[in-house]
Amino acid sequence: MPAKPVEEPTGPTRGERLSALAQQHGALVALVVLAAVASLSFDSFATSANLEPMAMSATFLAVIALGMTFVIITGGIDLSVGSVFVLGGVLAAWGSQYGTLVALLLPLVVCGLIGLVHGLLIARTGLAPFIVTLAGMLAARGIMLSITDEGATTYLVDKDAYLAQLGQGKLLGFGVPIWITVALFAAGAVVLRRTRFGQNVYAVGGNEDAAALMGAPVARTKIKVYVLSALLAGLAGILNAAWLTSGVTILGYGLELEAIAAVVIGGTLLSGGLGFVSGSLVGVLLLKVIQNIINQIGTLDSAYQQVVSGGFLVLVIIAQTWLGRRRKVF
Amino acid sequence: MTDLTLGKSPAVDRAKVLRGLQDYGVYAGVAVLLLFNVVFTDHFVSAENFRTQAVQVAPVLIVALGMALAIGSEGIDLSVGSVMALSTSLLSLYLGYGPWIALLVVLVGGAVIGFANGALIAFVGVQPIVATLALMVGVRGLALVLLPQLKSVRDPAMGSLGAEDILGVPYLVLIAAGLAVVVAFLVRRTTFGRQLLAVGDSRPAAQLAGLPVRRILIIVYVASGILAAIAGFLATARLSASDPTSLGNLMELSAITAVVVGGTPLTGGRIRIGGTVAGAVLIQLLTATLIKHDLPPSWTQIAQAVVIVLAVYAARERGRR
Repeated sequence: MPAKPVEEPTGPTRGERLSALAQQHGALVALVVLAAVASLSFDSFATSANLEPMAMSATFLAVIALGMTFVIITGGIDLSVGSVFVLGGVLAAWGSQYGTLVALLLPLVVCGLIGLVHGLLIARTGLAPFIVTLAGMLAARGIMLSITDEGATTYLVDKDAYLAQLGQGKLLGFGVPIWITVALFAAGAVVLRRTRFGQNVYAVGGNEDAAALMGAPVARTKIKVYVLSALLAGLAGILNAAWLTSGVTILGYGLELEAIAAVVIGGTLLSGGLGFVSGSLVGVLLLKVIQNIINQIGTLDSAYQQVVSGGFLVLVIIAQTWLGRRRKVF
Repeated sequence: MTDLTLGKSPAVDRAKVLRGLQDYGVYAGVAVLLLFNVVFTDHFVSAENFRTQAVQVAPVLIVALGMALAIGSEGIDLSVGSVMALSTSLLSLYLGYGPWIALLVVLVGGAVIGFANGALIAFVGVQPIVATLALMVGVRGLALVLLPQLKSVRDPAMGSLGAEDILGVPYLVLIAAGLAVVVAFLVRRTTFGRQLLAVGDSRPAAQLAGLPVRRILIIVYVASGILAAIAGFLATARLSASDPTSLGNLMELSAITAVVVGGTPLTGGRIRIGGTVAGAVLIQLLTATLIKHDLPPSWTQIAQAVVIVLAVYAARERGRR
């Protein structure tokens, strides 16, 4: 019977508890502080005209980061999500001419299959997740290019189709994708914390050999997380295509890195066994707020955005490594 | 581990075949592709074509040499593409002081980024993939801050470096070959090389044996940074332009592929420089073959993906021994 995954070790000292708190909620503190500073500094920051588009642009990354969280907790990584995201969007836009059902199912089936191949290769042959999903990244981008005449063809979604309404519709002032994302994160949190599958995810990431000895289905759990990650990346692609009403072929470069960064900033350890989905959501929002602030400053261009994001990431991982050292030996 | 679920041990013959595949597969692959092209591809056997292929492969190979060192130490360096971008920006900014000064600044830039990577990994204890990922994001931004857009490089010395040759062998190819020899010597014949492999084999064991693990790791990543900077310098010379937006994009993937296809296991402790050279050539030939037979670039990516998985699968059997 696996113990509750992120339960504190018996008798943590005060310092240990503080460092654990800082590691888990440091990103939230940073987010609140940054948002407060931004809304004091720029009148335009805390307006719905600024926040709503920001939330909307965060949704796609957030949905991808949700799947990445599961993968990283098992101690793996998924580098293919950017390519799978683009592939999902292009397939959705292409499929929309045959009806909404095709537009939704086709990308999910194809992306799910890619995730299945990843999972099978990683779980059954013991290949490194890094390499398998790297190959998947190339292959998914290759498939996307070959169905779009090497990226020359952009498929459009009919603006009256249900799919377009899914992307562009509003509910209580917020876009439908935002609500979908919130629901997905709530479901993700429940699955991770309250189900047998969620326990297995933690167990596999904590100590694979021990998990196997305890009878956890190690291989099946790994396969499931890679399918989940690919499905969510494909879904993010569908939502994106629905929002843009076209399957844009040039997106998605570096998205896997942004997703990994968000997950890591959110307190999930890359060595596996420890993490939670709400942190990843906070991580995504933090990245988006930093981007937004840099845009508001105006004189700073997107290059600075990358410098700041990179520098911030370095600081976070240094802090995380130091804080996590007591609890987890690398 | 998955060992528990596999249960069956592979038959001896199969293991032998796989080991042979890993050791010589990459050379066999290059030979097969060459043969195929000689027979089936028009205008393949020409000095001009060989020259083009060799010049294109040179920067990839130089980056892959540094990557081989990092992978041999059981690490990885994802920042190499961004270091190339940084070096092309620095090159444009300092070319006014002369090409040698510019080269010096570029090398120092690469070394500084490599040192940052190494320090994060060796002293802070960050996983290599995370540390170099963070630097990858930040350094690309830095390159764009320094040089916001494409700038053409007009310098006679740079021009001849990128375009001229000695006895028919382009400078770029000579430099890449020279660096490969140096790195191979470093790995095979020096104490540092042996220590590096020991660290890659088992870091705790190397630590217990009293090896200067931290210093070795720092040197590895500084070397990788410097090699990537050289590749950026040479690529700029070849293109006669500094383009920090796109130079080095996905270079880390090409370099990792070359190293892994060449038979260096991702688990560290073993470095095959000859294989890395052949791996880089194999990828270049594969791309060229598909393009010359009018297959779209998308096929190249899919083919590359298949080659990576096959190569790592073969390497996996070796890793278990």
